[in-house]
Amino acid sequence: MNLKLWITVAASCLSTAALAQDSNKLVIEGEALVTETAAPAHMENVDTIYSGWRFRSSETQALETDDFDNPGFVFLDQGVDLFEKVDGSEGKACASCHEDIEDFAGLRTQLPRVQDGKLASMEDLVNECRTERMGAKPWKWSGGQMTAMTGLIGLQSRGMPVNVEIDGEAAPFWEKGKELYYTRVGQLDMACSNCHENNFGVMIRADHLSQGQINGFPTYRLKNAKLNSIHARFKGCMKNIRAEPFKEGGDEFKALELYLASRGQGLSVETPSVRN
Amino acid sequence: MKRAFGLAAVAALATSAALAETVAPTNVALVDGVIKTSLTGQPGDAGVGRKVFANRKQGNCLACHTNSDLSEEIFHGEVGPPMDGVADRWSEGELRAIVTNSKQVFEDTIMPAFYIESGYERPLEKFAGKSILSAQQVEDVVAYLMTLKEE
Ligand code: HEC
Ligand code: HEC
Ligand code: HEC
Repeated sequence: MNLKLWITVAASCLSTAALAQDSNKLVIEGEALVTETAAPAHMENVDTIYSGWRFRSSETQALETDDFDNPGFVFLDQGVDLFEKVDGSEGKACASCHEDIEDFAGLRTQLPRVQDGKLASMEDLVNECRTERMGAKPWKWSGGQMTAMTGLIGLQSRGMPVNVEIDGEAAPFWEKGKELYYTRVGQLDMACSNCHENNFGVMIRADHLSQGQINGFPTYRLKNAKLNSIHARFKGCMKNIRAEPFKEGGDEFKALELYLASRGQGLSVETPSVRN
Repeated sequence: MKRAFGLAAVAALATSAALAETVAPTNVALVDGVIKTSLTGQPGDAGVGRKVFANRKQGNCLACHTNSDLSEEIFHGEVGPPMDGVADRWSEGELRAIVTNSKQVFEDTIMPAFYIESGYERPLEKFAGKSILSAQQVEDVVAYLMTLKEE
């Protein structure tokens, strides 16, 4: 029997289960965010895209609407301290050169982007400044200092629409990411698309499947009580299907990051989002 | 006459010996959506199969299928069809084929093939070259599914 049909059948039978995305509106500190919009033209199998926020329970949703309640902000405060802290052989802090953190407004919406022929994620930009301009050691890709900083920088774009470049120089990276998205891996032999494209809105045991959007990263997860990088999330999903994850910060995950960002074109940046 | 009888007896013995042996994943005879005989030559244990069905590290079938018979479990996924009355819809041989290698029954399905040990890419090292369930676990699950009747 056809899968879509079964989903409809299941949807009509199980009235108690959470189904599809809800119709709640996300307003953070008085500002309305876009959690639903028409899918970009390149997405052939999906009409409307939704933020992962729309698939979470009302309790989890509420945590993101108020910056005092949002546990991610504890880590962003650490980011503020790090931004001002002198580190490395040059005796500089980020703030020595970047006067105002707000100057990073808009940056999150455009990443990852091609730079000198390579795809660069926000983590690359931060570490480039640390190693090339500060004479400091690079931060671990998904470590606490890095996610505090990418969270703080991402926050400056909160409410702005995701808008990554996918043509021109970016095209080959985007194609590679798309291929990875649709490739089955692991002992369970599944692709990202099996869960996040064909079955979003459906319960998979205790989890309500979303579209796997990355507009809210780094994300505070109730599960591990910290900020989680995009690549750490990819890694987790791959391990769940018993697949050997690609390397955090490696070419594969960066390509996948670009492709996923492009599947969220037009959604508001939600950094730091709250998920379970 | 005597000699022919002897041959027949040997043949019969050989068949039962083959049946008692576990069929390796690569030797499974899945024909037209059916696997006729037990993969172990033994009948499955429905009670064990019920546990394998629910266990997250084994079948984890509940991740995708609701099942009223397991109402003590809180979370039932709904990616696939409900399991209620599944034995009314499929024969034992068909269920064995679905659990062994769903991909040969449902094109492009998300449902994992539970008794294959190759043909998937990039497995975590500890799962490489292994099937998700053992032959006996498949039989146990099939025996359990056969108890899910509504008619
Ligand atoms: C010695 C000066 C200097 C220091 C210290 C420095 N940066 Fe930079 N940073 C730059 C320059 C120069 C650029 C590239 C020009 C530009 O786009 O502003 C840059 C670019 C960036 C970018 C990309 C901005 C964009 O819009 O493309 C980010 C993000 C960034 N820096 C973060 C940091 C962080 C975080 C720190 C501290 C860990 C830091 N920088 C420390 C000088 C510095
Ligand atoms: C077996 C199903 C399954 C597969 C396959 C899968 N995921 Fe997930 N993923 C989940 C579940 C469950 C969650 C948590 C609930 C949700 O947001 O969907 C999740 C969450 C995510 C999130 C976080 C979404 C948010 O709003 O914060 C991202 C990003 C993601 N997955 C990316 C991927 C990528 C990339 C792949 C392929 C490498 C993948 N997933 C494969 C099940 C899956
Ligand atoms: C990742 C989700 C997933 C998991 C895990 C899963 N299934 Fe399925 N199953 C499906 C889907 C989806 C279908 C519908 C067939 C299709 O894909 O077209 C299905 C179909 C079936 C059917 C046919 C049902 C009918 O009435 O048509 C049976 C029987 C079945 N599964 C048994 C199992 C058993 C037993 C397990 C555990 C050992 C299991 N499934 C694990 C997703 C799953």
